[in-house]
Amino acid sequence: MSETEQTPVLRARGLRKEYGSQGSLVRAVDGVDLDVAAGETVAVMGPSGCGKSTLLHLVSGLDRPSSGEIWLAGLRIDQLPERALARLRRDTVGFVFQAFHLMDELTAVENVELPALLAGRPARAARRRASELLDQVGLADRARFRPAALSGGQRQRVAVARALVSEPKLVLADEPTGNLDSEATLEVLRLFESLHAAGQTLVIVTHDSRIAATADRLIGMRDGVFVDETRLADGTTGSLGALAGLEG
Amino acid sequence: MQQEVVLAMLAKEPSHGYQLRSRLQQALGPAGDAMNAGQIYVTLSRLEKGGLVSCEQTAGLPDRPDRKVYALTAAGQQRVSAWIADVSWPGPGLAEFHLKLITAAAGRLADPVAVVDAQRRELLRRLREAQRAAMAEPERSDAGLLLEGITLRLQADLRWLEACERNWTGRKDRE
Repeated sequence: MSETEQTPVLRARGLRKEYGSQGSLVRAVDGVDLDVAAGETVAVMGPSGCGKSTLLHLVSGLDRPSSGEIWLAGLRIDQLPERALARLRRDTVGFVFQAFHLMDELTAVENVELPALLAGRPARAARRRASELLDQVGLADRARFRPAALSGGQRQRVAVARALVSEPKLVLADEPTGNLDSEATLEVLRLFESLHAAGQTLVIVTHDSRIAATADRLIGMRDGVFVDETRLADGTTGSLGALAGLEG
Repeated sequence: MQQEVVLAMLAKEPSHGYQLRSRLQQALGPAGDAMNAGQIYVTLSRLEKGGLVSCEQTAGLPDRPDRKVYALTAAGQQRVSAWIADVSWPGPGLAEFHLKLITAAAGRLADPVAVVDAQRRELLRRLREAQRAAMAEPERSDAGLLLEGITLRLQADLRWLEACERNWTGRKDRE
């Protein structure tokens, strides 16, 4: 993990997003400050409707804030023109969604290389990179499979590989385990842990406590505001025996 | 009945045994039916012997033979505070945690939402540990299967804590 990078990968100040008009104004995000350091995994947790998906859209430039400031990799993005913003998003951010959003008619490797091709990378280099990534997520032998022939956990791993193809400074995941059973969730958790170990900066919004528990820092969000923050230290609580029903 | 629960109920106000019993019945509903009627008196007399509650005789009414009023001593108060702050899990059960929130609110001992938050942080630490251990296991190992059971159970506990938090946050807003 690089400690040399002083600028946070993501910084937000006084972030607000309002929908509707006077009388029926909804404050989806209501004054949020956030710093995410390079190599850090941050989970934002809260019930559905707490504003966490909106927050993700704002900090990635998919949506504009009503007010507040956002820096991505040191660059102020909240007032950037649309075209520059789209380019920055493409080069700097990788997205992972609950519903995978893979193209059904493309194979796994074609899905992974697609963003690189759209960014103008030579076809051969894009394919090489996509193959490497599929290998990294443990799906080298599924490269020619279409999404329909893959399990839920495998599809999400393909989606993670795709998110990494442009070597983004930041990976944003919105309920990445929301559609997965217990075993597939473990596959994705393993993958995120390996990304974390490799120094990838990750922001995950979720209401799944399992994925939240893998984060370095856990932020609780309710009604558009951050309500608490916890650093989850490593180390043992010595409670596994008691949890298993053995004398503790 | 857990001694600390009885002590924490007395933090609200000095009470007769039958008052404590009816508050417990209300808090526990049908889950409390298994409780023995005499249990609370046994607990109270143990607490009195241990110097954690004091007992005063009152004049009483003819139809109420129960004339003892119990109150917390300083030692009892200390014990209650330690219990509120304790985040051990799994404790003797869901009812104990449930009653901790109710007595914390009634006796103004702590903000129940803060109690839930502290407990959740602790459970997330345990979940993290169990999950790390599960990820380190080879596929289909015996140990991995047990760890999966632990993580599923912790998830269920965490979901209940979410429900506790929603419920108590809602009550605060109504006040």
